[in-house]
Amino acid sequence: MAKLTFVGGIHPYDGKDLSKDKPIQDVLPKGEMVYPLSQHIGAPAKPIVAKGDRVLAGQKIAESGGFVSAPIYASVSGTVKAIETRRVVTGDLIQSIVIDNDGLYESEEFHPYAPVDKLQKEEIIDIVKEAGIVGMGGAGFPTHVKLSPKDPDKIEYVIANCAECEPYLTSDYRRMMEEPDKLIGGLKIMLKLFDNAHGILAVEDNKPDCISLLKQLTKNDPQITVKALKTKYPQGAERQLIYATTGRKINSSMLPADVGCIVDNVDTVVAIYRAVTEGRPLMERIITVTGDAVANPRNFRVPIGMSYQELLDVAGGFKQQPEKIICGGPMMGFGMFDLNVPTTKTSTALLALTRDDVSAMEPSPCINCGRCVEACPGRIVPSLLATYAEHFDEEAFVEHNGMECCECGCCSFVCPAKRPLTQEIKSMRKIQLAKKKKK
Amino acid sequence: MSGLLKVSSNPHIRSKVTTSSIMTAVVIALLPAAGFGIYNFGPRALAVMAVTIASTVLTELLFGWLWKKKITITDMSAVVTGLLLALNLPVSIPLWMAALGGVFAILVVKMLFGGLGQNFMNPALAARCFLLISFPSQMTDFTCDAYTGATPLAALKAGESVNVMNMIVGKTAGTIGETSMIALLIGACFLILIGVIDLRIPGTYIVTVILFAGIFGGHGFDPAYLSAQLAGGGLILGAFFMATDYVTRPITIKGQYVYGIVLGLLTGIFRIFGPGAEGVSYAIILGNLLVPLIEKFTMPTAFGRKAGARREK
Repeated sequence: MAKLTFVGGIHPYDGKDLSKDKPIQDVLPKGEMVYPLSQHIGAPAKPIVAKGDRVLAGQKIAESGGFVSAPIYASVSGTVKAIETRRVVTGDLIQSIVIDNDGLYESEEFHPYAPVDKLQKEEIIDIVKEAGIVGMGGAGFPTHVKLSPKDPDKIEYVIANCAECEPYLTSDYRRMMEEPDKLIGGLKIMLKLFDNAHGILAVEDNKPDCISLLKQLTKNDPQITVKALKTKYPQGAERQLIYATTGRKINSSMLPADVGCIVDNVDTVVAIYRAVTEGRPLMERIITVTGDAVANPRNFRVPIGMSYQELLDVAGGFKQQPEKIICGGPMMGFGMFDLNVPTTKTSTALLALTRDDVSAMEPSPCINCGRCVEACPGRIVPSLLATYAEHFDEEAFVEHNGMECCECGCCSFVCPAKRPLTQEIKSMRKIQLAKKKKK
Repeated sequence: MSGLLKVSSNPHIRSKVTTSSIMTAVVIALLPAAGFGIYNFGPRALAVMAVTIASTVLTELLFGWLWKKKITITDMSAVVTGLLLALNLPVSIPLWMAALGGVFAILVVKMLFGGLGQNFMNPALAARCFLLISFPSQMTDFTCDAYTGATPLAALKAGESVNVMNMIVGKTAGTIGETSMIALLIGACFLILIGVIDLRIPGTYIVTVILFAGIFGGHGFDPAYLSAQLAGGGLILGAFFMATDYVTRPITIKGQYVYGIVLGLLTGIFRIFGPGAEGVSYAIILGNLLVPLIEKFTMPTAFGRKAGARREK
C-alpha cells in the first residue's frame, strides 16, 4: 500500500536526535511567573484576582472572556504582583497577570469528576472548557469550541495529531513514549462525544518505536486505529493530516468538522484526559529546549508562565553564542529578540541555532525554477503570489488563491534564489484577513 | 547573553540549493557533450567555447558596471548561456561571430529585459537564431577537417540513408554539442538524479516529435528513420538542456506537459514541412513566447478547492 501522505512538502534536516532520547524532566520555576490574558484565539480572559492576592497552583486567576476564549490558571503558589502589560514572544504587549512565586508550590486539591462513563457529553465539554484547554500544537484555538460542532453525529473521525513534523521538536514524541495511556485515554474521552466517530492516532513513520507501542496498546480497541504517515514536512498541518488519514480535502474557508473530522494535538488530548480523570486544569506542558547552541538539549514539563530565560538556564544555558533563537520549530516558529518572555499554553519549543540561514543567504531574482510550486502543499504558485504581494496587487493575489496559503514555509525553504516567499504571502494574507474582519 | 539576536519571520531554515549551485550543475552536465565536441571537431571547438563564454560573462560584467547595477556574474548563469551557445554553433564559425552571438544573448535578450529571470526567450537559442538569420551561410556550413557534407537530418530529408549508430555516438557533422546523444544523455541523467530537471518537458517533447514524425514523416514508424529523428538535429540537446530552461518554461506542472507537446508539434512541423531539416531552436524560442499563455490556462487547483471555480471577491 502506498504510504499515507499528501502532494508537495519538503524534507528538511530534522535535528530530532539532539533531544529525542532525553526523558521528560520536571522543572520548578523560581522566578516570577507571567500569564498573558491572551494566549489563545478569541477574546482575552478576564482577571479575577487583584494585586496582593495570594494564589495557589491550580487556582483560576482569569475567567473566560466569551464563548471563544479560555480561562487561565496559576501554575505556582505566590502573590499577585501586578496586572500589567508585558512583552510576549511575538513582540506584542499583552495585558498579563504577574505572580511572585513564593517557592512553596502549594497546590489546590484536584478532585476527579464522576467516572468517565457516567458523564454526559455536555459535562465533558464543560470540564474541558473550565480547564482552559486550547489547541497546544501552536494555534491555541479553544478546544471546547472545536468539540462542539454544529452536528456532532456527522463527525466520523477524531484524529490525534501525533505527526510532529516540525524539525527539532520532540515533546510530542516523549509524551507518547512515556504517557501513551493518557493519550489513548484522552482520545477515548473525545470519542464519547461523537457517537459515529472512529479514533485515529496519526504518527509519522520516523517514530517506528512509537507506532508499535501505540499499536500494541490499542490492538484490542476496535474504535482506534494507529496510522503511520510518510515522514515529510508539513505532514502535521491540519489540512494535510486530514487528507493523508481520510482522503478528505478542506480549504482555508472550511473547518475539519465540515468533512466530519476533529483534529487535536497530542498535548491537547493528554490535557483533556487529565482534566476529565484527575480534575486538573491546564497549567503545564511539555517544551523541548534544543538547538546546536544549547548545552544540554532536553524535554521539560514546564509550569506555564515560566520565563524562557529560566527554562534555558535549567538546560545549562548556551555552550556557544546563538545567532538566532526561535520559539517553536524552525519552519513555523517565531524569531525571538529577548528570552525574558513567558511560556504560554501554545509554546512547543525553544530552539537556539548558531547559524541563521535567513541572514546568511541574500535574496536574488526568481529564476522561475518551480521548486516552490512543487513543494507547496496548498497547490498554489508561491512565486507568483509573492510577486503580487510585493506589487500590492490585492485582486490578483486573491484571484490566484493567495488566501489558501497555510504559511508552512516550504516555498521559502526550497527557493534557490532565497526569496522570502512565505513572508511576502503572509503579510498580504494578514492585510486581507484584517480587511475581511472590518466588513 | 551578549550580542544581538537575529529576528525574522518564519521559516528560519533554508535548503542548501542556490541559483549558482543549480547553474554550476548545468555546466557540469554539459561537460560530457562539450568534451565530445572537442574530441570530435578538434581544438577549434574549445576556442569557440572560450570565446562565447568570455563574451557572455564580460557583457554581463560590463553591463553591470556601466548601468551601476549589482554584478551578477557569480550566479554562473552567463557561463551556462555562453556554453550552450557554443554547443549550438558550427565549429567553423568565425570567432568574432561567436562573440557577437554572446553579446546579443546577454545584452539584448537578457540584460535589457531586466537580467536573470526576466528574459522571455532562452538567450543562447535567441542568439543562435539571430546568427542563423544574419549569417546563414557560415551558420549552416558544417564542413570541417573531420566531416564534409550535410548533417544527418539534412541527408535524411534529401532521401539519403544515414548511419544511426554514428548519430548516437556522435560521429557526424553538426553543431559542436548536438551530435553525441550518449554524451548529452549522461549529462541529462546527472541533472535528473540531482533533481535539477525532470522528465516532464523532455519526455512529452521527444514523444511528440517521434509520433509526429511517424505520422507525417512519410516513412511510417520505421525504426531507423525515427531513431535518426531522435538522435539528430539537436533534439536531445534542446529537450534536456534548453526546453527545460527554468526562466523560459511554464512554472505550472500541467503547463510543462502542454509546453512539451507544443514544442514537439512545432519541431515536427518545422522539420517535415519546413524548408530546412532542423527546427528545434525555432520551436523552443517560439514556444517560449507562448509560456505566459500556457501558464494562464494551467494554473493549479488549490488544495481543497474545486477546479475552475472563481474565487469569491
